[in-house]
Amino acid sequence: MSLLLDVWTVAAVTAGLFFFLAGTVGLLRFPDTLTRLHALTKADNLGLGLVVLGLLPRVDGPLAGLKLICVWLLALLAGATASQLIARLARRARPPA
Amino acid sequence: MIGGIFVDGGLLAMVVVVAVWTILVRDSFAAVIGYACYGLLLAFAWVRLAAIDAALTEAAIGGGLTSVLLIRAVVRLRATEASAQAETPGRLQRILAAVLSAAVAGALGVVVLGLPEPAPSLAPRVAEHIASTGLGNAVTAVLLAFRAIDTLLEAVVLVYALVAVWALTPDRFWGGRPGPKYAVEPNGMLAYLARLLPPLGIVVGIYVFWVGADLPGGKFQAGTLLAAMWLLTIMAGLTDVPPISRRLLRIALAAGTVVFLAIGFAGVPLAGAFLAYPEGFAKPLILLIEAASMVSIAVTLGLLVVGPPERSGAP
Repeated sequence: MSLLLDVWTVAAVTAGLFFFLAGTVGLLRFPDTLTRLHALTKADNLGLGLVVLGLLPRVDGPLAGLKLICVWLLALLAGATASQLIARLARRARPPA
Repeated sequence: MIGGIFVDGGLLAMVVVVAVWTILVRDSFAAVIGYACYGLLLAFAWVRLAAIDAALTEAAIGGGLTSVLLIRAVVRLRATEASAQAETPGRLQRILAAVLSAAVAGALGVVVLGLPEPAPSLAPRVAEHIASTGLGNAVTAVLLAFRAIDTLLEAVVLVYALVAVWALTPDRFWGGRPGPKYAVEPNGMLAYLARLLPPLGIVVGIYVFWVGADLPGGKFQAGTLLAAMWLLTIMAGLTDVPPISRRLLRIALAAGTVVFLAIGFAGVPLAGAFLAYPEGFAKPLILLIEAASMVSIAVTLGLLVVGPPERSGAP
């Protein structure tokens, strides 16, 4: 059982790290603001979510797990709002052709 | 063990790189963003040193609030930035500045490297006497009981900072409302966030204040969270900043310092010294000071960010 949980943690955290890596590469390589925002929010949403999922079996109790999930939800909310605001500014600065 | 060294080394390298980048970058907005990243990385460094109280404060004040203040300053200075950058200082001035900076950095390095090993510590004495305060968090015990005078002066300094900001008010707006009036966009993203987040943020803020007695947390971190929630509703246009002449606002600003001083002076007849707490009453008195200070800190930090009055007091 504990071996299975270990495998789960390693797999999920590795997948999360992959999204962070891909998001960082996208942030550096994509051509314009909107695509870069897309890459950044993928890293935050999926990467952090997978890391949290992977760490859930390791927490001390249900309360600590709930806190981890809350951290993820707050990061989702903040990331989504900030990227919406930045995207709107970017569009206002350069209207679509 | 190896993993820990890897993490610490990487963190240290990032702190140094971001610090150097923040100094070298020419664009002041980019420098402020670098400074914010630097603050967050420092907070991580405090976490690695197991100083959670310092980490929370660094993330809230150093990384968060100071960066917001600097961003506002950058936006305000943008109009004059080009002409200011055109005036490059002469060679002599630059050499003098470099020598002065290098001397300060060198002196700090010598002091840090010259610390005796093991470093002098008052931690055992705090651990010995912490039971008399009724608190579980040694940091709070030091801040509010053993070195309360420092914390009192900090509270006073914060109010002075706000007085300095208000001193920039044009005469005709004195007593008016600070900052611009933000337009509300009822179905906008920001208004949505400003409706959704504050209930959660206020609960978390009060929780951080309440656990500060026994766990990492306290009035400063809690006050910053409350200020952030207030600023969110202001910037989304859902609430307006009260005019600075309003009495309730002035009372909220002074409450922390006044309560702190009153309890401090009450200690002279009751416990024999300024800022001494009577036997058995230490914890409730500390909580009272912390609660009043939290309100004052939240209001002061919020008003520091919105800046000096720019409009008349009429709604």
